[in-house]
Amino acid sequence: MKVHEYQAKELMKARGIAVPLGYPVTDVAGAVAAVKALVEATGNPVVVVKSQIHAGGRGKGRFKERPELGGVTVVTDGITGGVAAAEEKVRELAEQMLGSTLVTIQTGPEGKQVNRLYIEQGIDIDRELYLSVLLDRSTSRNILMASTEGGTEIEVVAAETPEKILKEEIDPAFGLLGFQASRLGYDLGLRGDALRNGVKFFVALAEAAVDWDTDLIEINPLVVTTDGRVMALDGKMSFEANALYRHPDVVELRDVSEEDPAEMEAAEHDLSFIKLDGSIGCMVNGAGLAMATMDIIKYVGGEPANFLDVGGGATAERVAAAFKIITRDPNVEGIFVNIFGGIMRCDTIATGVVEAVKEVGLEVPLVVRLEGTNVELGKQILDESGLDLVSANDMKDGAEKILQLTGGAA
Amino acid sequence: MSVLVGLDTKVLVQGMGKTGRFHTDKAIAYGTKMVGAVHPSRAGEVERFDGETDQSGVPGRPDTYEVDVPIYRSVSDAVAGTGATASVIYVPPPFAADAIMEAADAGLDLVICVTEGIPVSDMVVAKRYLQDRDTRLVGPNCPGVITPAQCKIGIMPGYIHQPGKIGVVSRSGTLTYEAVHQLTLNGLGQTTAIGIGGDPVNGTNFVDCLDLFNQDPETEGVIMIGEIGGSAEEEAAEWITENMTKPVASFIAGTTAPAGKRMGHAGAIISGGKGTAADKISALNAAGVVVAPTPTDMGQAMLEAMSG
Repeated sequence: MKVHEYQAKELMKARGIAVPLGYPVTDVAGAVAAVKALVEATGNPVVVVKSQIHAGGRGKGRFKERPELGGVTVVTDGITGGVAAAEEKVRELAEQMLGSTLVTIQTGPEGKQVNRLYIEQGIDIDRELYLSVLLDRSTSRNILMASTEGGTEIEVVAAETPEKILKEEIDPAFGLLGFQASRLGYDLGLRGDALRNGVKFFVALAEAAVDWDTDLIEINPLVVTTDGRVMALDGKMSFEANALYRHPDVVELRDVSEEDPAEMEAAEHDLSFIKLDGSIGCMVNGAGLAMATMDIIKYVGGEPANFLDVGGGATAERVAAAFKIITRDPNVEGIFVNIFGGIMRCDTIATGVVEAVKEVGLEVPLVVRLEGTNVELGKQILDESGLDLVSANDMKDGAEKILQLTGGAA
Repeated sequence: MSVLVGLDTKVLVQGMGKTGRFHTDKAIAYGTKMVGAVHPSRAGEVERFDGETDQSGVPGRPDTYEVDVPIYRSVSDAVAGTGATASVIYVPPPFAADAIMEAADAGLDLVICVTEGIPVSDMVVAKRYLQDRDTRLVGPNCPGVITPAQCKIGIMPGYIHQPGKIGVVSRSGTLTYEAVHQLTLNGLGQTTAIGIGGDPVNGTNFVDCLDLFNQDPETEGVIMIGEIGGSAEEEAAEWITENMTKPVASFIAGTTAPAGKRMGHAGAIISGGKGTAADKISALNAAGVVVAPTPTDMGQAMLEAMSG
């Protein structure tokens, strides 16, 4: 689960992790009001207007409606014109940004509507660094990953100058140790106050990551100010879904307007669903088989409309819910149900499909491939239902049949 | 011969809820020696299992069975009472990592965790706990381990298996069944099938299983089923190049998966351009592994690897 930058910063601030002062706002008046408060509190006439959406690359992103305008804009008008000039500029920006659609490298060409801005104090930056906390799957431990190349995407640094990536492993029995934090800070070139503040920052962030069950905290850039402070100038945070049950405070931060409604509905039914752009809907049990079903549809020349894993312990109701979510997608021209029953019994799937079709109707071709536990019973239920469906012998047969039925060339 | 589990493996079950009970019954029907269960509030009770024998399992048994499984307070009590060396965990996610550590503390050789949805940070701690202990963990979020006609621990349908010569190792449950089914149909059969699970932190990885199969005299070839996310397949490819003496076939799921989306399994995600199916397939090809173009061709890929 992702949160907005301003929420990530509020969480960090609450744990004593240094972040700039800022105010989230949802309207123009709020944006203007934030300026005076910031300038008075910090003495710095520079403020930054930052679009809040769940996607990276906001700084380099551009608004659809105004291609000249970036998603993050530094307002310097206050340096010469005072608070009033800064307020006027922020008013203009807020009017342009709120309600407009920001396109970044992570949003896709359709972009995301900006409904909230974060108005933040300007910072006198000495250096920009990169810092993240994430799981290193090869060692099964969290690591602190850092680089001197702040502001650059870490993938680019990894590809072009891998020697600039620094790592410290967090032993779950001990946490990030002081000497590790110190070594990391020193290797990043921090000295004096900056080193002391960096060490404090690294230790606090490593602790917070474990306590919050994040799967990623990325701070890019982490800045060193001209007066030796170390601060999170940006903050990207995502929380591990399996651990959300023990973080009700984090769950409250969920912004449903940032999430796909069909994926959310699926999650309510304990279904794992991801919308894709193709025309063949898939309902499968097991994540690996669901991926492989998408792959085989593509292999025979079709395009999958979704990933959908009904899970191991699915009930007939859950199967029916899955079926409804698939059929609601207007791009779906045919449905391929592919089941290899283990825990999931074929008769359960068959009953669910029959119930769902009775309820919502079936306007597109349906191919069903059943194998595994109670397969005969499942086939019998489908046969006796009178449903207009086609049986397949194996996955490839099923993929080819649904492609033929939807006018493809298999 | 086989790996990890066989006719003599005595198994405990941790988590005797509805799911645990259902699969314990199926395991007993298959012929697995389910010798005890752990449930603190039901210690001292006995759970009875009876029904019709699954004749695809251990041969030469009567057509029906009636087995009483004693319930213990703790894993260590259950080990003392039964001499079990393995356990299977069906405990709900919030408590499953603790169950793994309890099993390791009791000195079991093998712990198979079926539970899906364990918080990653819990598994990071559990894995740290296992570091200095001799217990092997398989899973979590896996179907389990089966040596056909000898011992079935987990949730896989027994009847699709057939004793044979191929070691199966997989990150995906249902794709394991696909592979096993095809190996049964084409007559190669299986020595042991191991589901290592779809989570980003797991106990046993591809390399561990390849090593076990490489050393097992009855295993003549291995099929390895991977998916997007992480680098376990690339590490396996490297290990195969340097150590593997037997033919290996593979299938990698997720060629069409979009980047940045978790594809059902917690571990199946392409992040930062890493962990793509294409990278894994090319690493495996470079290691001489026959990679099946579709899951329907897994059995055929194994035949090709065996003949080449």
